[in-house]
Amino acid sequence: MEHNPLLEVTDLRTRFHIAEGTVYAVNGVSFRAGEGETLAVVGESGCGKSVTMMSVMRLIPIPPGEIASGQALFRQRDLFKITENEMEHVRGKEMAMIFQDPMTALNPVLTIGRQIGEALRVHLGMNDQQAQDRATDLLAQVGIPDPARRLTEYPHQFSGGMRQRAMIAMSLACAPSLLIADEPTTALDVTIQAQIIELVKRLRDELGMAIIWITHDLGVVAGLAERVNVMYSGFIVEEAVVDDIYENPLHPYTLALLEALPRVDRRRDRRLHSIPGAPPNLLVAPHGCPFAPRCERVIERCKVENPTLELVAPHHKIACWVDVTTGKPR
Amino acid sequence: METTAEKPNGIVQLALDELETPPLSLGQLTWRRFRRHRMAIFGGVSLILIFLYSFGGALFISEAEANFTDTGNRLQAPSREHPMGTDTIGRDIMARTIYGGQISILIGITAMIVEVLLGVTIGSMAGFFGGKLDSLLMRMTEAIIVIPQIFLLLVMAKFFGGSVPNITILGRTFSGSVVIIIVIIGITSWPYLARIVRAEFLSLKENEFVLAARATGTSKREIIFRHILPNSMAPIIVAATLGVANAIAAEAYISFLGLGVRPPTATWGNMMESAYNYVESAWWLWLFPGFLISMTVLSINFLGDGLRDALDPHSRAA
Repeated sequence: MEHNPLLEVTDLRTRFHIAEGTVYAVNGVSFRAGEGETLAVVGESGCGKSVTMMSVMRLIPIPPGEIASGQALFRQRDLFKITENEMEHVRGKEMAMIFQDPMTALNPVLTIGRQIGEALRVHLGMNDQQAQDRATDLLAQVGIPDPARRLTEYPHQFSGGMRQRAMIAMSLACAPSLLIADEPTTALDVTIQAQIIELVKRLRDELGMAIIWITHDLGVVAGLAERVNVMYSGFIVEEAVVDDIYENPLHPYTLALLEALPRVDRRRDRRLHSIPGAPPNLLVAPHGCPFAPRCERVIERCKVENPTLELVAPHHKIACWVDVTTGKPR
Repeated sequence: METTAEKPNGIVQLALDELETPPLSLGQLTWRRFRRHRMAIFGGVSLILIFLYSFGGALFISEAEANFTDTGNRLQAPSREHPMGTDTIGRDIMARTIYGGQISILIGITAMIVEVLLGVTIGSMAGFFGGKLDSLLMRMTEAIIVIPQIFLLLVMAKFFGGSVPNITILGRTFSGSVVIIIVIIGITSWPYLARIVRAEFLSLKENEFVLAARATGTSKREIIFRHILPNSMAPIIVAATLGVANAIAAEAYISFLGLGVRPPTATWGNMMESAYNYVESAWWLWLFPGFLISMTVLSINFLGDGLRDALDPHSRAA
């Protein structure tokens, strides 16, 4: 399915200058998300998924952070070139974000109603009464019963699942065209996780917004996303439509991630596969393929030259010197 | 356990049993914890009594009476006519403690307001923006902290004192020195508060809810005033409470040294000054204002302690 382009990020490089040196967090990432499309970004912890999206929203602290290069075209407008003031009008209005831990992402001293109403007041110039009415509708929309009463309560009176619902209501307040979900189900138990995913799917279909769903859990992605970007060490290593990722993965890292998933059709007494080693130290400037030290199919070339992301099949890009189906260099 | 029900339209609704949380607001929790603090309750009650004495007493005794001199009746011991005796020029001490109390409390509260305005503004700017602004503001704060407050107070009182004309507010005339005292106490006491506020801001601004607010497009001003400041209210309230006590004590101190509020306007502090030469011969001159100062400062400190415990979200005493 083809979508009109909504967000187009090109050659994004984000670094952090800290006392120990420079952290190369994002190293030349390019991707696009179309209107109404759901894109998943997967990878281990610390591979730059969140930093990539925070960079796009200009939420990384500068300094120590630095966006060394790149552009982020959102509806033909480069987000890195507009003023902070203009950016404030993009955040929350056209582009919203939900966070991993609903326990900490809500302000403990403000009522839920105030927090949901915030975007409405800031972006749509609503008064308190209008914001209140709209917030009631939003809470009902995310499936919280008795929304009018719930609005007057504080976050500590909500359970984890309900807080995440409230967060979603908050981010949807101005009907943004892009929702960035930064591991929104990681802090929740499995049942609630499934509910939240169902909720986001339903809201996506109702509102027609695009979603970029950041996760380290490939299991979550299958029923949700249309396309998947696999990230490793600040690079995108594989980009494909969701079915290809599961049925025809072409990057050794994606293969390893899939191996590590628990599956119902496998013997239960077998230990889950794990990827040996740890993600590379981001304090060292990238040299060669970052996955080479942990890769089972590594060849000499991997150690000296980092492969670029290339189209190897229709709608399917990988950054690898090796053809995983044959084990021979491409 | 969370149970769910699938509605016909496919929306997962949360079950009703999840709603049965006890609706205790932050305020109610705070009051619960405060109530258990006996000394704080004692402080609160005695403060109310002191307030009633100073402001209610004015309904029965006029200000003219407090300033009426009767040299024929000077240094009278407490009697039926003068329950607290008379001072060196024959003024009624009870009347003067009533009107002096008003001034002392007024100075305490307004000096605290000056302190809070300065301390919160400077501390929050330094903590929120960090970097060069933080360094600049904090060096300034330290520069004031290293000079003892009493010394600063005395120098400033000497420097500005006497040059301000009398002022009239609400039909009452005050010595202009009252304003000077309020300002100098205010501007010498904010550094500690600024440090507390800065520390609060430094840790609070790293919270994810601040990030979430920014992701919603909230401006920096709104984040400072609506998101971070309300979260740091507890230490500010405690510091402000103790600030009132410190201001009252500081006023008493400089007035006692003769650099504070000028007569005929009475304060508890300058009443003590005239008692200096009669410490042994006329105990009533210093006992009553001295008792009122100590009780007020002590009560406010107890109240502050109680508030500190009650407002601390980590204390689970309730």
